[in-house]
Amino acid sequence: MNFKYSFLAILIVICSFLSCTKAQVEPEIDPNRKGEITLNFDNIAGTKDLKLGENYTNAAGEQFNLDMFQYYISNIKLKTEDCREYVVPQDESYFLVKEEDTKSQLITLKNVPEGNYNSVTFTIGVDSLRNTMDVSKRTGVLDIGNAGMAKGMYWSWNSGYIFVKAEGISSQAPAGPDGQRKFRYHIGGFGGYSSKTINNIKTKTLDLGRDRAKVRQGKNPEVHIIVDVLKMFSGATNISFATHPTVMFSPFSVNIAANYVNMFEYHHVHNEQ
Amino acid sequence: MKNKLLLIAFLVFAFISCQNQNIEPEVQFYVPKNFPQPVYDLSKNPVTTAVFALGKALFYDGILSRDGTISCGSCHQQQSGFTQHGHDLSHGIDDLLTLRNSLPIQNLAWQKEFFWDGGVFDLDLFAVSPIEAHNEMDETLPNVLNKLRNHAKYPSMFEKAFGTKEISTERFLKALSQFQLMCISANSNYDKYVRNEGVMLSTEELTGLQLFKQKCATCHSGELFSDFSYRNNGLPVGNPEDTGRERITLNEQDKYKFRVPSLRNVEATRPYMHDGRFRSLEAVLDHYEKGIVQSPTLDSQLKNGIALSTDEKQKIIAFLKTLTDEEFMNNRLLSEF
Ligand code: HEC
Ligand code: HEC
Repeated sequence: MNFKYSFLAILIVICSFLSCTKAQVEPEIDPNRKGEITLNFDNIAGTKDLKLGENYTNAAGEQFNLDMFQYYISNIKLKTEDCREYVVPQDESYFLVKEEDTKSQLITLKNVPEGNYNSVTFTIGVDSLRNTMDVSKRTGVLDIGNAGMAKGMYWSWNSGYIFVKAEGISSQAPAGPDGQRKFRYHIGGFGGYSSKTINNIKTKTLDLGRDRAKVRQGKNPEVHIIVDVLKMFSGATNISFATHPTVMFSPFSVNIAANYVNMFEYHHVHNEQ
Repeated sequence: MKNKLLLIAFLVFAFISCQNQNIEPEVQFYVPKNFPQPVYDLSKNPVTTAVFALGKALFYDGILSRDGTISCGSCHQQQSGFTQHGHDLSHGIDDLLTLRNSLPIQNLAWQKEFFWDGGVFDLDLFAVSPIEAHNEMDETLPNVLNKLRNHAKYPSMFEKAFGTKEISTERFLKALSQFQLMCISANSNYDKYVRNEGVMLSTEELTGLQLFKQKCATCHSGELFSDFSYRNNGLPVGNPEDTGRERITLNEQDKYKFRVPSLRNVEATRPYMHDGRFRSLEAVLDHYEKGIVQSPTLDSQLKNGIALSTDEKQKIIAFLKTLTDEEFMNNRLLSEF
């Protein structure tokens, strides 16, 4: 055995030691066979299921309801217990999850190599590269001319996608010209094109702990992720609808982004038998 | 008798315009000899006659606005170097005012960012902004596309341009870009002079050019007469809400900085500055001489203003007028009718 090989062997051993609790890989797995996996983004508000129009209370003690809550999930990566990484092809890795559209909350990834997956990584928002790409690369949920897609999730005066959007009413928010007490959070900012500016792109890795999402040909596991909107308004900075009713492209927005990265939590996996 | 004459005139006219149509050359993008290479990536949107024609139809069609009254051409008029003549702030739908003075549609293939504050960095993405601004066209892009899909002539125009009737965001935006890319202004007397095309400038204009190079060309540089940077040229703050480049970078040091504008066709693009505050070139030069307001972001070159005698101002203005490109502003290829 030459040095290079022994080095490799040691690496493999260490790797399987560190992250592969179940070192013994089930023989039925063949990474050349493909299956599917579904990520279910389940929006909640604290202990309750999130419903548009229903009342909740934020950490600042203000009552509110939402009439819109949506966010981009992109650049999804999965990792198996034996350290294989599956990166969803870039062009197919953009999703818009909307509270008003249950179908959008289920992200099904196709052509996933068989394996026991124990970690999911994704970007909340849209990466900076895609933010600067040619229009031909802005299809599907990134199509700014498609109602219900990127429409409303894009700043045309300051080219860039809005990553997370939450709008609603709080009796504590100041009344607008129409008498409505609205709050509007449109959070984006990919770092700037020719000059540096705020970057609210966040990446999140969810560890499945002892659980495994078992992807097999013909078997589609579902990873249940809960998304607690209350955490968008609490954390390092508690957000008050009274003092910050509107946050869009501004320095303060980084506080909200720092909060919302923590609203995603792994809950459970459902494996098909 | 009168009617007969009219008829004859009409026939002659029809004949001429038919002929014109027959000899209409292929539309082709080109780089004027005295220009640098364009920054727009033409390989992603190669200019063709049919796509250009579609883009032109769209540019001049009110269908892009909510009530059909406002087209891109309403605020970007060819005779005024594709700006809105005589307005400090542009008038959009319902006669609402825009935040800023309109910018010319000219030589955009050489520009890397758009708007006075550079907020848009891709010409293809630009049109969404005026279409959706409530004080400009107050429409939505998805709606515009739907209107076009149900229109009598557009589906076949898209087919001619792109091979199928499909009307997608990309096709729509790239067609509009093609029209704007072809708005190339490079045939002023100045251009013909620097390209040695048999045009001579007067002594006054030539002295003006020399003075301009000494006093203005650090910012209004090169053949496009702009380095496309963002600077504060010492205007007293007009609308405190409009902080210029700072809106895009959120950087305090960019407060009240605006893009150095090109000065091509400046004679025709009155009024001047991002808010159209100056109605004449004389007023602009007076500003540089004695109107500079000190502020934290004032460009360091302008701390003491620019020394200019009355005579020098006249000569600079004489030179600036050599940048007027009559061929461009009368080019039938680009005109609405
Ligand atoms: C209501 C008037 C109005 C309408 C309608 C309008 N524009 Fe403009 N346009 C402006 C103003 C004002 C500016 C400068 C705004 C700024 O910088 O904030 C501008 C700037 C531009 C620029 C930027 C040029 C540069 O040098 O940065 C382009 C490109 C442009 N318009 C294209 C269009 C197109 C295409 C349409 C139709 C889809 C259109 N405009 C419709 C008023 C208008
Ligand atoms: C320090 C850089 C700088 C220098 C030097 C400078 N300019 Fe400017 N110029 C600008 C900027 C920036 C603007 C746009 C400012 C705004 O609208 O807020 C501008 C605007 C103008 C405009 C208005 C154009 C339009 O379309 O609205 C004219 C005309 C002009 N300058 C002429 C000159 C002349 C002539 C000189 C020399 C005497 C000169 N400038 C020197 C930076 C400069």
